[in-house]
Amino acid sequence: MTTLQDPPIAPSAAGRSARRRFGPGTGSRAAAGFAVAAVVLFAVAPVVLGDFRLGLLAKYLCLAIVAVGIGLAWGRGGMLTLGQGVFFGLGGYAMAMHLKLADAGPGQLPDFMQLYGQLDALPWWWRPFTSPAFALAATVLLPMLVALPLGLLIFRRRVRGAYFAILSQALCAAFAIFLIGQQGTTGGTNGLTDIQGFFGYDLNDPINRRMIYFIVAAVLLAVLGVAWQLMRSRYGELLVAVRDGEERVRFLGYDPANVKLVAYVVAAGMAGLAGALFVPAVGIISPAMIGVVPSIEFVIGVAVGGRASLVGPALGAIAVAWARTALSERLPSAWTYFEGLLFILPVVFLPGGLASLTVFLRRRSGKKASA
Amino acid sequence: MFRIRGRRSAAVVAAVAAFAALTACGAKTNDSTAASGAGATIDTAGSSVKVGLLNSLSGTMAISEVTVRDSLKLAIDEINTAGGVLGKQIEPVSEDGASDWPTFAEKAQKLISQDRVAAVFGCWTSASRKAVKPVFEKNKSLLFYPVQYEGLEQSPYIFYTGATTNQQIVPGLDYLKAQGKTSLYLVGSDYVFPRTANKIIKAYAEANGMKVLGEDYAPLGSTEFSTIVNKVKASGASAVFNTLNGDSNVAFFKEYKSAGLTADKMPVVSVSIAEEEVKSIGTQYLAGQLTAWNYYQTTPGAANEKFVKAYKAKYGADKPTSDPMEAAYTSVYLWKAMVEKAGSFDVEKVKAASAVGGITYDAPEGKVTVDGPTQHIFKTARIGKIGDDGLIKEVWNSGEPIKPDPYLKGYSWATGLS
Repeated sequence: MTTLQDPPIAPSAAGRSARRRFGPGTGSRAAAGFAVAAVVLFAVAPVVLGDFRLGLLAKYLCLAIVAVGIGLAWGRGGMLTLGQGVFFGLGGYAMAMHLKLADAGPGQLPDFMQLYGQLDALPWWWRPFTSPAFALAATVLLPMLVALPLGLLIFRRRVRGAYFAILSQALCAAFAIFLIGQQGTTGGTNGLTDIQGFFGYDLNDPINRRMIYFIVAAVLLAVLGVAWQLMRSRYGELLVAVRDGEERVRFLGYDPANVKLVAYVVAAGMAGLAGALFVPAVGIISPAMIGVVPSIEFVIGVAVGGRASLVGPALGAIAVAWARTALSERLPSAWTYFEGLLFILPVVFLPGGLASLTVFLRRRSGKKASA
Repeated sequence: MFRIRGRRSAAVVAAVAAFAALTACGAKTNDSTAASGAGATIDTAGSSVKVGLLNSLSGTMAISEVTVRDSLKLAIDEINTAGGVLGKQIEPVSEDGASDWPTFAEKAQKLISQDRVAAVFGCWTSASRKAVKPVFEKNKSLLFYPVQYEGLEQSPYIFYTGATTNQQIVPGLDYLKAQGKTSLYLVGSDYVFPRTANKIIKAYAEANGMKVLGEDYAPLGSTEFSTIVNKVKASGASAVFNTLNGDSNVAFFKEYKSAGLTADKMPVVSVSIAEEEVKSIGTQYLAGQLTAWNYYQTTPGAANEKFVKAYKAKYGADKPTSDPMEAAYTSVYLWKAMVEKAGSFDVEKVKAASAVGGITYDAPEGKVTVDGPTQHIFKTARIGKIGDDGLIKEVWNSGEPIKPDPYLKGYSWATGLS
């Protein structure tokens, strides 16, 4: 990366591979890929994994949903967004607020408000979240509504590269500080915890926790479907074109700001959706999940997996989260070093991420054959 | 909405199908604990019993939490050398909470359902405790929490071996009042403990004729204190109540000294600075300042001499012992006493044994007793003055262990706080 500008993947190569992978005639291959993923997620994983590991997988899949969005915005659109935590948080808090209110029962305040807030009545901005329909819609629409004016402002002003990354990062730092400061109404650093039910289903029941896993897996597949459609559409080609030569696209008569805006807003919606699913899957949402560090970690998963491909970001996010768990269980005192190594190796030796591993190997064997 | 519902019913169908598959080939599941239903099962087969140690070994909290993990291990080693608990050796399983609250919840669940531990010891920040609380309640498993905290909590599956507010903050205020301090300035890190503690302090001040001249919060990890210290100086308060955490204290006290403020003119009472932190902040900035805890390395008594000696022998002569470390050490022995009284590792039997009352232990801080109803412990409050040698000397104590009162029900000025 020349600082934060993109991509070590040669633009022409990316374009070619994109056509090869997503052009007409590859629909059947994609369908086969989806079928394999569905079989793994719905049939293999639930049988092989116990309740605890399946719960963890649900958490990883939530992170994978965020990653698909980042893959779109960063890998395809060249916008290195280090602030997906904000949208993840908006979705998560919207969902958690509704679930806390549902747990408390009609007319009651959530437990932490009684402890820290000394409030007599629900704050006005909590009230709409009593409605499940509003809360569900808000998990996706709220992040998109925040991303829309923000993106408009940023892209119209032609802010890009490092400046865009810094701006997105500052935003999520500000959001986390805001939430911590409003302890009485947001739970402060503790966040919203102790969530018992999910739309009437008891989350303490292992069968219902499995159900959450299936919902998350289904949503991930749906999100991948949306991303696939977007990538193979004319819009997808345009997005890549904007990434590789924004000025050229402008001279061709398109407005790059609008092209980028769509990807940015869609990515925000995906992050919000992921945050909303994270809450029942993990049972907690707190400023620790939306600040600067987790926002960077989202991006790391994408970089490891390969940002420009469809499944790379999702697989990378799952692999990184899984490695975190596995390493920290085996080496509780030294795992962070190995985790760091895991990030450095792909970035140095495999700039296209794990998704480019086959290409990388093929090229090497090709070289050997010709030598 | 409709789409989600449709998706959910599809997912339910898929769940049912997967369940049928699961029961059909149940024998093939290689995960031995797949069948863990409601309630934790404890692995008591064999000659040992596992316990979990859940502390941050990486991240911002590691510097404090590693010392807690070390003293937990010391207690476990001592107990094992003396023959274990109910004839079984204790096998510690250490997990890293990584200063990240969802990770704490994940690791707590792992310790309970994969390792099938008899009890878990650990957590430091309130946020991590709040994150794991539902996990322990859901699985009906035990957590021993060793750090002073903001009170207002009483989980049936948590034993609190650190001080609650009426054993630390309230005595600290009583001491300041007795010293003739009439006005306070409140400085804290921006998280739940300082904000809640300051709410209690303000209520106390109002009822006791003290004035609170200002209240400021710095983000966790912040090292920029010139504004806050200038405000403190300008306020002319007769004392400062400090609930800052970790690194922030270093910057705050350096700034405090360079502003010309001293312990004689405007003493600072800190509730999160123990021997370990004194060492890292530097005694030249701290000498003469006050702390409120329940234990110091200098606390007299044979039990403490033994603890300090054993700790230094295991981890190095330059390693100090502090209040949270002592509370962690004590928590293992209290768990042992409960298990032995119950004659079983079973969580409900252990809880029942402690509810009857009379679980005591001659801890380094003095004799402690578990209060059955609240699952907190009786502790003696101690105000200390930081000396030039980096150790803290007791200048006042409450005379006898104070009964824990997490919701401050016994204080008329505290009505309306919870």
